[in-house]
Amino acid sequence: MDRFLYVSMSGAKETLRAQTANNHNLANASTTGFRADLSAFQTRNVQGSGFASRAYATNSTTGWDASQGALVSTGGDLDVGVHGAGWLAVQGPDGKEAYTRSGDLRVDANGLLITGTGLQVLGDAGPLSVPPHSSIQIAGDGTVSIVPLGQGPETAAAVGRIKLVNPDPSGMERGSDGLFRNKDGSDAPADANVKLASGVLEASNVNVADAMVNMIELARHFDLQVKAMHTAEENGAASAQLLKSG
Amino acid sequence: MNPALWAAKTGLDAQQTRMTVTSNNLANVNTTGYKKGRAVFEDLLYQNVRQVGAPTSSDTVAPVGLSLGTGVRVVATEKSYTQGNMTQTGNSLDVAINGRGFFQVLLPDGTMGYTRDGSFKTSPTGELVTSSGYAVQPGITLPTSTQSVSVGSDGTVSVTLAGQSQPSQIGQLQLFDFINPAGLQARGENMLTETAASGTAQGGTPGQSGLGSVEQGSLESSNVNVVEELVNMIETQRAYEMNSKAISTTDQMLQYITNQL
Repeated sequence: MDRFLYVSMSGAKETLRAQTANNHNLANASTTGFRADLSAFQTRNVQGSGFASRAYATNSTTGWDASQGALVSTGGDLDVGVHGAGWLAVQGPDGKEAYTRSGDLRVDANGLLITGTGLQVLGDAGPLSVPPHSSIQIAGDGTVSIVPLGQGPETAAAVGRIKLVNPDPSGMERGSDGLFRNKDGSDAPADANVKLASGVLEASNVNVADAMVNMIELARHFDLQVKAMHTAEENGAASAQLLKSG
Repeated sequence: MNPALWAAKTGLDAQQTRMTVTSNNLANVNTTGYKKGRAVFEDLLYQNVRQVGAPTSSDTVAPVGLSLGTGVRVVATEKSYTQGNMTQTGNSLDVAINGRGFFQVLLPDGTMGYTRDGSFKTSPTGELVTSSGYAVQPGITLPTSTQSVSVGSDGTVSVTLAGQSQPSQIGQLQLFDFINPAGLQARGENMLTETAASGTAQGGTPGQSGLGSVEQGSLESSNVNVVEELVNMIETQRAYEMNSKAISTTDQMLQYITNQL
């Protein structure tokens, strides 16, 4: 079979995959704390007999965009955004520590601090629980302080500190549930240099203009691959014609 | 069909839901005691197409893999319980809550509802009821010869009866609070009901144990910020358009392949 056709086909297939990743980013253009997925093409040379012209393309997820998303003011006491590098530690669905940047927090019926998606927020020693309160504040270093229910503002007291971490990004990966973890499964140590802003939420860091341009480029690239496949088809037809007339 | 189409389709769905939440907020900009909602987004599961770290030979591993996201979903619509502005109405049966807490009312199905809409009326039997006719709990009944009603900041309801010079106390409004008010379920008619997520209602005297005080002659207006909602609307519309563009582009790619080959 003509190898030319297969090389083009792999190009078209992988371009469609890249388009999926790009569409995923666009779909999450307003997901709080979302990190845009980065993907790149790589060349895979095929070794074998004949002229070494076969290089397939593969699309790979190379990580995520670590740039800061816009901090959008919401005024909510329990809305926090990580300012600069760093992550909030939460308890993942598997019970292990995981990291996220989405800081739309709330207090559940049992008094535990949870994220908007229902994951428990970790303090320096396990899930953070917040006693009944009349007001709550989250400080820049993650300290949660409350005024207990039925008492005056002079009784404001810290009840815990949200675990903020800043592990090396190269050692982290995004799980299939969208949460970030250390590749080796270890828990990152708390980092006092991570800063929180309260009353704000970090918007998704997807650059929509970029994603749109990328989308157009991928579409054109795809068209080129399909055109090449079409040419391969024509070549095949022409050589078949040649055989017939001969 | 192609996952690229579906990822963009989830984006359209989610933006549509967000638009519903925004328009509901805007529609309720003048609803007494209304609390604005917010759509909470979450990225959907990632498909691991090629595992990162998989061996590429006996002693090398793939430094990068391919995991494709599958889009977005709205995981919750959350209400924000910030205080709304106080509007003076001068009506003696209008009561606003300044601070935490809800009024408890008896719903027709026998369960309890909670509301911050304190525009009370009287029923034919003199009971204090909401605009929908649901009785406030614990019940307060105004005698027939009532001349004037006054509500203290601690919820004490006193009336002056015809022919009497001294007001007499006939009951007390109670407020109820929840550990997680965002977990209450909105059921329309300015009414919220308790859920497993909200925790159980804790009753108390207004102004005590962290509950807000009540103010007679005022109503709490909606806490919707119109400018914020309009900005939300613009953002939603643009995100919607981009996702729709993503669908049409993917469609064109697939169309091109069927036309060319």
